[in-house]
Amino acid sequence: MDWSSEPVTDGNALAGPLAEIFAVDMTTALARCANCGLTGPVAALRVYGQAPGDAPGMVARCPGCTSVVLRVTRSPGAAWLDLRGATSLRVGLPD
Amino acid sequence: MAWRVATLVDTVRETPTARTLVFEVRGWPGHLAGQHVDVRLTAEDGYRAQRSYSLAGPADGDRVALTVQEVPDGEVSPYLTSGLSLGDPVELRGPVGGWFVWRPTEEAPVLLAAGGSGIVPLMAMLRARRAAGSRVPFRLIYSVRGPDDRYYLGELTRPEAGVDVSYVYTRAAPEEWPGPPHRIGVADVHTGGWPAEFTPNCFVCGPTGFVETVADILVALGHDAHRIKTERFGPTGGPVAPFAARPRETRGG
Repeated sequence: MDWSSEPVTDGNALAGPLAEIFAVDMTTALARCANCGLTGPVAALRVYGQAPGDAPGMVARCPGCTSVVLRVTRSPGAAWLDLRGATSLRVGLPD
Repeated sequence: MAWRVATLVDTVRETPTARTLVFEVRGWPGHLAGQHVDVRLTAEDGYRAQRSYSLAGPADGDRVALTVQEVPDGEVSPYLTSGLSLGDPVELRGPVGGWFVWRPTEEAPVLLAAGGSGIVPLMAMLRARRAAGSRVPFRLIYSVRGPDDRYYLGELTRPEAGVDVSYVYTRAAPEEWPGPPHRIGVADVHTGGWPAEFTPNCFVCGPTGFVETVADILVALGHDAHRIKTERFGPTGGPVAPFAARPRETRGG
């Protein structure tokens, strides 16, 4: 299954899964790509399907260089968040 | 974010394959135009399937409206468009998403570009404008396969003052339509949109190909990329379901 060739959607679709983990909306957070340094909202990342296999997950890639910025996987009883592709996440908060 | 019980209280047939569902959700916290919700169905054997759908209207007390496009062989959408009856419950949670939203406090002109069922969150913005009494000028470019695929026909045929609507037909145009059907291009965006000097906020929603074409055109026409917000839709009329249960069997409902 060539699930990675075609972007299924974008970071807007991460709103639900990330809302399970974070207290504030993370799609407006600015993510800095660890590979190319491009910085933009999580909502603008390219999200590639559910990873194949039994654990459904989503892979978000940089719209500039296509490197993986973050991965979210949900298994029964836990969510896994892999952020090694993001140098930083800037989360807007009220003062 | 908790699952809530949503009870179907009204439906509107938009096209032969799309239906607006109005749910009553006790204690609904309200939402912004452009946000979406997750809907979860549980079968008698405990099997669950979950999808995301954009909200079709602004916050209205405990009422929440979705428009769902039926996907043939889909697990969830055929049940929502045909199987669910008034009074039936589903589970719903949200709202989620804070980026692809329009707030009535914004003052810049707005361009909405919709491809197919990508109209749904943009319609929520038009309705939020109306509900707030906003005078911000809106222009909508709505790309559909043919005349029978248009959602919200009554409202969009008679838009309120300050709202302009133009259509692009990709496969079959109405008889009186000038020119053959075509995919959206520079001329459509140039004619139906705003000059870049007006610094409009642009919201583009639809299938990936549509969204990337329109976003590229807007940038080429001189629009600031930071003012272009995009949302790519999956086939179900909502952002693709995160963590949807994987199909184990073919389901009719």
